[in-house]
Amino acid sequence: MGPLVPEVIGNELNFIVALFVGIAFGFILEQAGFSTSKKLVGLFYGYDFTVLRVFFTAGLVAMIGVIAFDHWGLLDISLVYINPTFLWSALVGGLIMGLGFVVGGFCPGTSVCAAAIGKIDAMIFVAASFLGVFLFAEGYPLFENLYKAAPWGNVRVFDSLGMSQSLFAFLLTVVAVGAFWAVTLIENKVNGKSNPEFNSKPLYYGLTGLALIIALSAFALPERRQSLLSEVNDSRFVNGYALEAMDCDELAFDIMDKDKNLQIIDLRSQKDFNALSLPNSTRINLENLFEKDAHKLLTIKHKKNVFIADDEMLEKKAAVLASELGYSEIYYLKGGLKQFRNDILNFQQPGTASNQHERDTYRFRTNAAQVLPMLIQEYKLKMTASGSQQTKAKRVVGGC
Amino acid sequence: MNETKYMNPYLAGFFLGLILLVTIFITGRGLGASGAVKSGVVAAVQVVTPAHTADTKFYKEYSEEHPGNPLKNWLVFEIIGVVIGAFISGLISNRLKLELEHSPKSTTKIRIAGALVGGALFGFGAQLGRGCTSGAALSGMAVLSTGGLITMMAIFGGAYAFAYFFRKMWI
Repeated sequence: MGPLVPEVIGNELNFIVALFVGIAFGFILEQAGFSTSKKLVGLFYGYDFTVLRVFFTAGLVAMIGVIAFDHWGLLDISLVYINPTFLWSALVGGLIMGLGFVVGGFCPGTSVCAAAIGKIDAMIFVAASFLGVFLFAEGYPLFENLYKAAPWGNVRVFDSLGMSQSLFAFLLTVVAVGAFWAVTLIENKVNGKSNPEFNSKPLYYGLTGLALIIALSAFALPERRQSLLSEVNDSRFVNGYALEAMDCDELAFDIMDKDKNLQIIDLRSQKDFNALSLPNSTRINLENLFEKDAHKLLTIKHKKNVFIADDEMLEKKAAVLASELGYSEIYYLKGGLKQFRNDILNFQQPGTASNQHERDTYRFRTNAAQVLPMLIQEYKLKMTASGSQQTKAKRVVGGC
Repeated sequence: MNETKYMNPYLAGFFLGLILLVTIFITGRGLGASGAVKSGVVAAVQVVTPAHTADTKFYKEYSEEHPGNPLKNWLVFEIIGVVIGAFISGLISNRLKLELEHSPKSTTKIRIAGALVGGALFGFGAQLGRGCTSGAALSGMAVLSTGGLITMMAIFGGAYAFAYFFRKMWI
């Protein structure tokens, strides 16, 4: 599951990745013609819309790719850098950059690209951009209020607009395809050409159709998180799902047996977890199940993963989610922790046993009611002593 | 020898999108450019006046966010790659040429002044806007960041709004 940094690809190796990413990035920018200011500013005077075509196509491909990777569980979007939103600095900074673009003829990435193939104007632009950053750094106290105003956090645009991700992706694609048609008409008008490209109409209709089909595919890739969560909220669906249960006696036995393969996943709140937690259990909530940390936990080989919570229904929901996400060896605790407390931790023999099986059960439970609290206490002391806390994978720090 | 034609823009966009997607999948972050300039500035100021970086807020905040050598930064390595990649592309397409390009209707002096002012504005604006066309606009669009898309619209909207006043420089 992505991102591969830092577990699969270490932080040092990541620099090598950066170098190769840069080579590919620079190569494509140059091949697309972004190494000349004439082509870049053509966008603003209507004679060359290459920038819009390349930029929008790249943005759409990456956007739909990210949505698809997220849907298929290949990428944990909660770990991906989402540029934070600060409304006013984004607007004012953007306008200043727009002015810089039309005056200077480049943006930072393209200026580096053009400088690399010998454009002296681009070299001047690059040098001046150092000056611009330096001026910002020195005058920072003056701009700090604007820089930090209206912090909205790592919000995503479809949430800001209150629509689904699929709908936004679809609309953006439609706008882009419309823009591709419109700019070709404008370009030909400005350059005084008839519309030669429209001679091959079938090809262009075909391409437009293809783009729209891809756009529609966004609806086939709803946010998996949302659709699965709403699925497990349907109790009939959950109850009809084939799940494996573990009963309280078996769980108690495995804990007392110090079974190395037992992995307890506790779905309760942090507060309840701190008050009482079973040895070697990990706390997780339903949302966490989609994340990379849960992926690591649930894919450890030869583990029996038992979901526990006070309420059996919550355990089942988590077990269904985990199964739907493709994890195996998933169990829920029959009757939930409520029953576990009743039958094991606070076991009171209900009367004399009437048969051998009951006699054995009662004997086991009486024993467990004495041993388990000690194991729990022992584990708690061990954890407080080592001060070990669950580490959580953090969102990547990116941006410029 | 003639220059090779530029790549079809949709094809180039498709490749660029794939590069961005792979970058996000591997590293969890998008592409960028202006951040490398920032690292360069911080490193340069540190060398020239170490005392100044220690007592100025911007540099202090920077080193809190990016401990260690400012040049040991993902974007610095990426930008070195961009230089190499663009050079290779220029080489195989016969576009390597030392020249100062300007519109036939404009002059060398105006082009130099424009590049100076424009570069400085872009560098400044990219700091304020937390990223440039690559880091905020393109990468922001890929992950559908609200801020990234606002910055994108402001950059292109701003450029269109100001274009009329600078038309003599280009057309």
